[in-house]
Amino acid sequence: MIPELGHYALVLALALGLVQSVAPVIGARRGDAVLMRLANSTALMQFVFVALSFLALTICYVTSDFSVRTVVENSNSMMPVIYKISSVWGNHEGSMLLWVLILSLFGAAVALFGGNLPASLKANALAVQSWIACAFYLFILLTSNPFLRLFPAPAQGQSLNPILQDPGLAVHPPLLYLGYVGFSMAFSFAIAALIEGRIDAAWARWVRPWTLAAWMCLTLGIAGGSYWAYYTLGWGGFWFWDPVENASLMPWLAGTALLHTAVVMEKRNALKIWTILLAILTFSLSLIGTFLVRSGVLTSVHSFANDPRRGVFILAILVLFIGGSLTLFAWRASVLKQGGLFAPISREGALVFNNLFLTTSCLTVLVGTLYPLALESLTGTKITVGGPFFNLTFGPLFLTLMFAMPFGPLLAWKRGDILGAAQRLMAAFGVGLVAVGVAFAIEGGTSLLAPFGVGLAFYVMVGALVDIAERTGLLRMPLATVRARAAGMPRSAWGTAVAHFGIAMTLLGIVGAAAWGTERIIEIKPSQTVSLSGYELRYEGLKQMPGPNYTEEVGTFTVHKGGVPVGVMHPSKRSFASRDMTTNEAALMARGPGQLYLSLGDSKPDGSIAIRLYYKPMVLLIWLGGVVMMLGGALSLSDRRLRVGAPKPAAKPALQPAE
Amino acid sequence: MTRKQRRLILIGASLGVLGIALALVLSAMSSSIVFFQSPTDVATEHLAPGTRIRIGGLVKPGSVERGADLRISFKVTDGKNDVPVHYQGIVPDLFREGQGVVAEGKLEPGGMFTADTVLAKHDERYMPKEVVDALKKSGRWQEGAEQAAKGAMR
Repeated sequence: MIPELGHYALVLALALGLVQSVAPVIGARRGDAVLMRLANSTALMQFVFVALSFLALTICYVTSDFSVRTVVENSNSMMPVIYKISSVWGNHEGSMLLWVLILSLFGAAVALFGGNLPASLKANALAVQSWIACAFYLFILLTSNPFLRLFPAPAQGQSLNPILQDPGLAVHPPLLYLGYVGFSMAFSFAIAALIEGRIDAAWARWVRPWTLAAWMCLTLGIAGGSYWAYYTLGWGGFWFWDPVENASLMPWLAGTALLHTAVVMEKRNALKIWTILLAILTFSLSLIGTFLVRSGVLTSVHSFANDPRRGVFILAILVLFIGGSLTLFAWRASVLKQGGLFAPISREGALVFNNLFLTTSCLTVLVGTLYPLALESLTGTKITVGGPFFNLTFGPLFLTLMFAMPFGPLLAWKRGDILGAAQRLMAAFGVGLVAVGVAFAIEGGTSLLAPFGVGLAFYVMVGALVDIAERTGLLRMPLATVRARAAGMPRSAWGTAVAHFGIAMTLLGIVGAAAWGTERIIEIKPSQTVSLSGYELRYEGLKQMPGPNYTEEVGTFTVHKGGVPVGVMHPSKRSFASRDMTTNEAALMARGPGQLYLSLGDSKPDGSIAIRLYYKPMVLLIWLGGVVMMLGGALSLSDRRLRVGAPKPAAKPALQPAE
Repeated sequence: MTRKQRRLILIGASLGVLGIALALVLSAMSSSIVFFQSPTDVATEHLAPGTRIRIGGLVKPGSVERGADLRISFKVTDGKNDVPVHYQGIVPDLFREGQGVVAEGKLEPGGMFTADTVLAKHDERYMPKEVVDALKKSGRWQEGAEQAAKGAMR
């Protein structure tokens, strides 16, 4: 009964979605307030029905209802409850349901909190949001119904893929989807603006908080996914340039560009057409990401069981929305009025530079991701485009951007003084150069690239601090003035500095772990020791331990540094009988911002066991940097000007009385 | 500065950055792309030794030999041809005889393949796509074999 209710709730959501796709647009055309307001209730009810549907599916999983096919394929009554819940979205059907749940959540949020939006803009945006929702409801109902029954029902399910039986699954996909799908708001508002043919600074002020919230979730989702891959795959890598990872990186890059260009539009009423285009492109990249992951063109841990019909359906959605929105853009963009002027050297100019480099680096990722697919489908030749390609293309572009990053906030709007900015960045240049020298000396002069990366990271970090010091008058003014200025400084300025500091932390972590990480892969017998970067690990032995739905081989290693004990590490391997699979649980020991990383390989009858041991200095900064970036976004989101709401848009010409 | 001049500067800068990106992409394409070959391709195409490639197929049953210091050698087969592979390190958990495998590395002059990366399947249910295609090409792939295996598990 419950699966049918869930299925039915989803059909009702589709029906509401179809109404919401049409009625508000007609209302906005005719100026009919009733039809426009209709979108509010339908958006809220869509969310209620999708949530009911999701709840029904969750109940099926928690109660292990093995008459439902997806439950049989992905769950098992022996699994702990947290994994029963997270396996709801640990498969294709359920993850698509999560996708539409989040989409309808954003729609409902606009209906609830969009009280200060102009009625027609709100109505049109909700209608566009509903077009997307309907496409995905149809996709789920026609090709990926999670509520299909199975008869006769088996006694036990096949269990979730053991690699996914990790707390990471509870957090990573929902956050990632909040980001991915959150960009649909910017898209819907952009399309609504094109339909209305008018756009102003107020538009940017409404759209920016939604984009910022989505961007924060995506940042955290990517960082979390990277850390999950790092500790669960057992070989200590944190980013593999896997197409599925690129699929989340591309919307992040475009979304970051959108955040920056929306500031220009809000403050200076310029770059309107570009902002609209970027809003469309960002969500298009989210759709491309969904297509890559869900259609089955790629094989990875993310692509669950595949069915060619699904790929064709998602491709159709992709063509319809990307093609349709770009056509609308080409047709209507010229209607939008041009904005204010600015000199090339100015805050606006710096943000254009930022956008140019972010979109170009995003383009190189897109080429590297799609080229192998295109080549294979056209010629049948199979190639792999991996790390080296992206290091040579994405790397230089992104590092150039980071070099320019501290200049942006120091330039004035309209006309800036680049020499003045460079002078104020002297401290940052100095610290950066010292860092290069120190890193070069410590490394022993083997390579220039890593010291250069360290120097760049320190330069950006100090540059972010210089920005704050300049704004508060630190070192120039009496302390009381500084305190008053710091308190009066807009939160968005703090947010900028914090987020820029965060990306520099990530860079420092990547350089440190990649350039100065050490590793040993050896076989070891009980009571033997292995040493790495000053640490001595003694292998004490291996123990069998039972788990809830697996058995575990846990190794014990005592760690000493310079003769002083610093702790014990317990790497393990878990064997899952339900799937005849083992997973690797690496042991991690934080040493400052660095980590010792230990994972187990095969054991031999003579008692020896293969181990992988890594020492990764500064590695934690990679993900901490992501968290700091997210906090920067949060600070910016709490800015007063976003809380008090958008100003009234430029006055419309008075309505002419009907003849 | 007029709107027109500003626009020219913008377009010029965009084209410049795009040009640089294009140059980077093209140079990276020529140096850092790895081609995938099936064992039959390796046997028939006489690749130059030292070329970096990826090979994929099944681990030939009975061919796995483990040596000291985590050395391992095995044969990758597509049913028609075999390629002997050397590797030093820890193979993935799902590396097994008769199962799909993808290896990346260099072809030595004697026809031996020295791998620096060995990948197995993520999950017991799926075959790496490259392996399926390689097996299909050599005619050793039976449609529905996966499905049958899945059905048997229920």
